[in-house]
Amino acid sequence: MNDKPEKLIDKKGLRLDGRKPEELRPVKLEVGVIPNADGSAYVEHGKNKILAAVYGPREVHPKHLSLQDRAVLKCRYHMAPFSVQERKSPAPSRREVELSKVIKESLEPAVFLEYYPRTMVDVFVEVLQADGGTRCASITAAALALADSGIPMRDLVVACAAGKVDDTIVLDLMDTEDKLGAADVPVALMPNLNAITLLQMDGILTHEEFESAVNLALEGCRKIYTMQKEALKTKYVSVSEENKEEAEE
Amino acid sequence: MISVVTRVKQKQIAQLIEEGKRLDGRDLTDYRQMKIEQGIIERAEGSARVLLGKTEVVVGVKIEMGKPFPDTPNEGVLTVNAELTPIASPAFEPGPPGEESIELARIVDRGIRESKCIDTSKLVIEPGKQVFVVFVDIYALNHDGNLIDASALAAVSALLNTKMSNYEIKEGEVKIKPGYEQLPMKKHPITVTTAKIGNKLVVDPNLEEEEVMDARISFAFDDDNNICAIQKGGSGYFEPQQVIEAAKIAQTKAKELRKKLNW
Repeated sequence: MNDKPEKLIDKKGLRLDGRKPEELRPVKLEVGVIPNADGSAYVEHGKNKILAAVYGPREVHPKHLSLQDRAVLKCRYHMAPFSVQERKSPAPSRREVELSKVIKESLEPAVFLEYYPRTMVDVFVEVLQADGGTRCASITAAALALADSGIPMRDLVVACAAGKVDDTIVLDLMDTEDKLGAADVPVALMPNLNAITLLQMDGILTHEEFESAVNLALEGCRKIYTMQKEALKTKYVSVSEENKEEAEE
Repeated sequence: MISVVTRVKQKQIAQLIEEGKRLDGRDLTDYRQMKIEQGIIERAEGSARVLLGKTEVVVGVKIEMGKPFPDTPNEGVLTVNAELTPIASPAFEPGPPGEESIELARIVDRGIRESKCIDTSKLVIEPGKQVFVVFVDIYALNHDGNLIDASALAAVSALLNTKMSNYEIKEGEVKIKPGYEQLPMKKHPITVTTAKIGNKLVVDPNLEEEEVMDARISFAFDDDNNICAIQKGGSGYFEPQQVIEAAKIAQTKAKELRKKLNW
């Protein structure tokens, strides 16, 4: 990158996009966007645009993966070739394979998989546009899609990153901050159980910085959680109103 | 993964850990017996074998000339790959790398990359055109749990043991000269994995413990004891204070290991 900014945080303490250190990017959540899917959600988080769809519980394929005591949760995180500056090959990269795994493991604790033995639940995440923090936005979207599918869950899952940019601990890093910043700590949370289901980090942090980054990320998670609940309500309130209208007719 | 531990044994392991004990007699924060051998593969530019209890990992380092990434023209390239060979466990099958091995390689990669362990600026032959590419290949030979720490340890040990050929540029061509020099190393990252079993945290889980654990978390530390990489794995969760506790335990263990290894 040639237009590398010298400072990621200006004298007033504001970030490249004008945010304060502990401020989230604008988040928009929508539930039930793919008619064919059993559950689906769309997330805009800053410039991230991400779709998640859930299919299942359905027959396990291939069959030998089937589990006798619970459902298999499968997850595929995938980036569209046009989602980034330089075209990304549609073949799954090593990064995508790893992210599919950690996203799956962040959702598994929340789903009552034991209710559906010998079946499979597929979670598909497509990143249409990426702007840093896609794994977190993907988890937020996937959890909404799972909830929308009606599969019983212990809790929702919501994710947000915090990190270190210049010398400041900041919330919700966007692409440039992620690439040029000192550290990035994505965290996923089951808010009611107060349980962390994803935690990763790259960069350099002291123990104290790590602790405050985790706490800040958890705060971010709780803010997005409120929006998640709102998004679910919005869909089902409108569904119930439609039903009411039909009944009146 | 195929569960080879019977339910009875699983219960026993979990119960013992609840009481602060482990089936193999270790304390909750003890590592298994550790053994490192360097330079075991003469054909490789660097190599090491690590034994962690019965877990065995070999890492070979090969160095080739290649192109730098367009966004880092003044840096050499690091590539980490992991093979969970079918030799190592009845649960491993031959074939293209799966999630497990890709995750393992990427955790080790992150520890090395983020700690800036290799001085990649010294691996440049011609900026933007030709650099040295360092291939770190992790080979699991026996899987008895905690492949992450064993592989990370073996990778850094192998890098410390890596020699590069001397070269000169004659009429625009790179010529290899006789003699070797050490791969330029700046840092020595150490990775420590803890597993959550019941409500307890145990360091260096063996395979039986991995089969009963809820989740694991790995921390890599650089020479100044800063955290440089983290990865949570497994289908369970951690409470926030458990994460902080795990980080503290890992930091203490990393310090101990660093002293022992003289890194």
